[in-house]
Amino acid sequence: MPEPMLIVDSVSRRFGGLLAVDKVSLQINPGQITALIGPNGAGKTTLFSIISGFLPPDEGRIVYDRIDVTAEPPYKLARRGIARTFQLVQPFPGLTVRENIAIGAHLWQRSRAAALKLADQVARSVGLGAQCEAPAATLTVAGSKRLELARALAIAPRLLLLDEVLAGLNPSEIRDMVPVIRALTGTGMTILMTEHVMQAVMSLAEQIFVIAEGRVIARGTPADVAADQRVIEAYLGRGAAHRTAAGNAHA
Amino acid sequence: MLSPVILVPAVINGLMAGAVYALVALGLTLIYGVLHIINFAHGALLTAAMFAAFFAFTLFGIDPYLTAIVLTPLFFGTGYALQRFIIGPAAHGEDRGFLLVTLGLAVVIENTLLYFFRADTRTINLPYAFDVIEIGPAFVAVPRVIAFAAVIAVAIGLWAFMHWTDTGKAIRAVAKEKLGAELCGINVAHIYGVTFGVGAACVAIAACLLIPTYYVNPTAGEAFVLIAFTIVVLGGMGSIPGALLGGLCVGVVESVSSIFLGQSLGQIGIFIMFIAVLLARPSGLFGARL
Amino acid sequence: MKPYLPIVFVVALLAIVPFVTTSNVVLNFLVTTLLIALAGQGWNLLGGYGGQYSFGHAAFFGTAAYATAILQVRYGVNAWLGLVAGILAGALVGAAIGVLCFRSGLRGSYFSLVTLAFAEVLRIISSVAPITGAGVGTLIKLDLRPEAFQFQSRVPFYWIILALVALSLVAVRATENSRFGAYLVAIRENEDAASALGINTFAVKLAAMTISAAITSAAGCFYAQYFLFIDAAIAYGPRISIDALLAPIVGGAGTLFGSLFGALAIKSLGEATKLVAGDAPGLDLVVYGLLLIAVVGFLPRGMAGLMAAVVPRGFRTALPAERDHA
Repeated sequence: MPEPMLIVDSVSRRFGGLLAVDKVSLQINPGQITALIGPNGAGKTTLFSIISGFLPPDEGRIVYDRIDVTAEPPYKLARRGIARTFQLVQPFPGLTVRENIAIGAHLWQRSRAAALKLADQVARSVGLGAQCEAPAATLTVAGSKRLELARALAIAPRLLLLDEVLAGLNPSEIRDMVPVIRALTGTGMTILMTEHVMQAVMSLAEQIFVIAEGRVIARGTPADVAADQRVIEAYLGRGAAHRTAAGNAHA
Repeated sequence: MLSPVILVPAVINGLMAGAVYALVALGLTLIYGVLHIINFAHGALLTAAMFAAFFAFTLFGIDPYLTAIVLTPLFFGTGYALQRFIIGPAAHGEDRGFLLVTLGLAVVIENTLLYFFRADTRTINLPYAFDVIEIGPAFVAVPRVIAFAAVIAVAIGLWAFMHWTDTGKAIRAVAKEKLGAELCGINVAHIYGVTFGVGAACVAIAACLLIPTYYVNPTAGEAFVLIAFTIVVLGGMGSIPGALLGGLCVGVVESVSSIFLGQSLGQIGIFIMFIAVLLARPSGLFGARL
Repeated sequence: MKPYLPIVFVVALLAIVPFVTTSNVVLNFLVTTLLIALAGQGWNLLGGYGGQYSFGHAAFFGTAAYATAILQVRYGVNAWLGLVAGILAGALVGAAIGVLCFRSGLRGSYFSLVTLAFAEVLRIISSVAPITGAGVGTLIKLDLRPEAFQFQSRVPFYWIILALVALSLVAVRATENSRFGAYLVAIRENEDAASALGINTFAVKLAAMTISAAITSAAGCFYAQYFLFIDAAIAYGPRISIDALLAPIVGGAGTLFGSLFGALAIKSLGEATKLVAGDAPGLDLVVYGLLLIAVVGFLPRGMAGLMAAVVPRGFRTALPAERDHA
């Protein structure tokens, strides 16, 4: 069993009276797609912000590649190889698509020309090749999500954190995006994604953690998690859990 | 130095001065709380109002407290028009736009006053300006006591307006959630205008309260504005009680420290306090917009 | 070499002027215009490219002017050394203010306010401190020798300020094509996204502020040599802070020539105002204030925005700073 790339060790975070993340522990294995799912308000995005350095935890540690990176600022994590997309896309509005991606590429490319060239390549790899000259502010939601992804990829990360990258996309756009994400692991990238779009999660993820009310309530493969009573209860309520169990008992 | 005979009057005078600071800060904090912009033109508006009060007295012999009755609605209207027809449209809704446009406005107002009235410092001579009232060990000038009482009255009036009138409630709604307010049928541009107008009206009242004991020249308002900014940041952006309390505190601090430091260094003290407060309280605590 | 051609072209054009006219009026106008262009180019780097709007650039201008004047008058230091010392002093002040502001995470209006406050503090201090001559100011003794950075004719002054402006143009051009420049613009566009991409936003902003201060400081030193007198109001007053921000905003913040063209525009407007309405104090600033409001309202990208609409893409030298994104 390869060494976990990322270990979240008993992380907690409060906002005033609200315990948003409650002693959450998880492990991300290299080269896999891991998903964080859970009902709204479960604490997924808070956890994401903690892992990506935007929010310090009140308790616990984040260990990446055996190094304790707890509370390191985002730019240091980026240099270590952790990239993050934002749930509400954060483009550089006044710049073109290519220039947006080039900002990311500049992390490892000093020369402007090299960064722009790399940006072109990355743009093509996510299907934005034709829109390189377009101002980022003019992209559609689907295009913005791809730009968000491309920019993160341009910093050549080893761990990619995708924060609801499929949110706001219609079914055909989701269908187009899923293979792009799947193709990323082909290059050895590790992905941690939070998502609400269940069919995408089930088809992409190899390992799933279910978070509800700030706690991990289930973990395992997609099949394990789909059948887990606690998961069904968290999403659909206790009644539904019983009904499903009863239904399965008959089958 | 610290004997009560010196300290108590300093504190009382500080409270009196602080009340006027608070009134200026009130207008500023209201504008910030609702429009989420820092009104760089606030000081210039105060200066303009002071000139108006000055000329009302020197040309027509009108007592400043009476001038306030006319000047307040006039400035309300001017503030409303400025926001609705110049600042709002020109800024295109961007923070940077508001910043630059209110700066431009400040420059225009101050230099128009400079052009017409030159840089001379002027004062007015009210017959009762030097009458004093005895409060404990302190002798306080009558205009200052009037100012204190007036500010308290205005603050109470403003609070009542915000909580009991429909417009006041609309203002609070826009301050909390602009989009939601708009969806409820509130005309946000109008509310912005009203808020700016109220801010300008506060400044007009403050000017009339100041003119009996203070000088006027084209940069007089500036000195008050940085004090007002300090108070607003200290007291909490958008908080009326905060502006009031903060103003009183700053007035007392200034009064007591000028015993030790003298007048001009006292001014630096205000600026340094301002810088220190801003540096110590990162903007994240107050306004996500900025 | 190709990206620098427009600079060569513009500078060459300006360099011809002393051969075409000997009029002191024209030369003086151009010298003061280039002075503002230089001060404004400093502001442009931090504000136009970096998006950090300083309202107190006078802090650097004045520090440099006072530094070179005081060194010459009180310590007999050579004027050219004074130039270097002044630039260093101004840059140091820039770095200090930058560290304070950016460590605290000050952004937007707060940053503008604090820079304004710093300039005001310096103004008050310099109006009472003995070393600056307090209210009277500091006078540099007339010593019309090139070694003393003073000249009988305005022409050498013109060459020098033109050279300084040319250097500032080259510096900004180099920045535009560098990683530092790309990072600076990224911070302007979206600071949080920038940090997620590995940018140390504190370091980049601090560097920009320091370089910006250095450029404006050069203008301050030149002012001291050209006018031979500096006092608190001139050094740290709002006038220079406003000139420094108005020129690039009018000309196009975040563009290479924005400050130069803007300076030409506002100085021309100022002179025209004086011709029409006489020399009364304050009127030209009124016009400047109105211009600022008008430009923000109608021409947010300044003259560069106008040109972008008219000049074909191939001839444009830089990406205008786009702020019309609601």
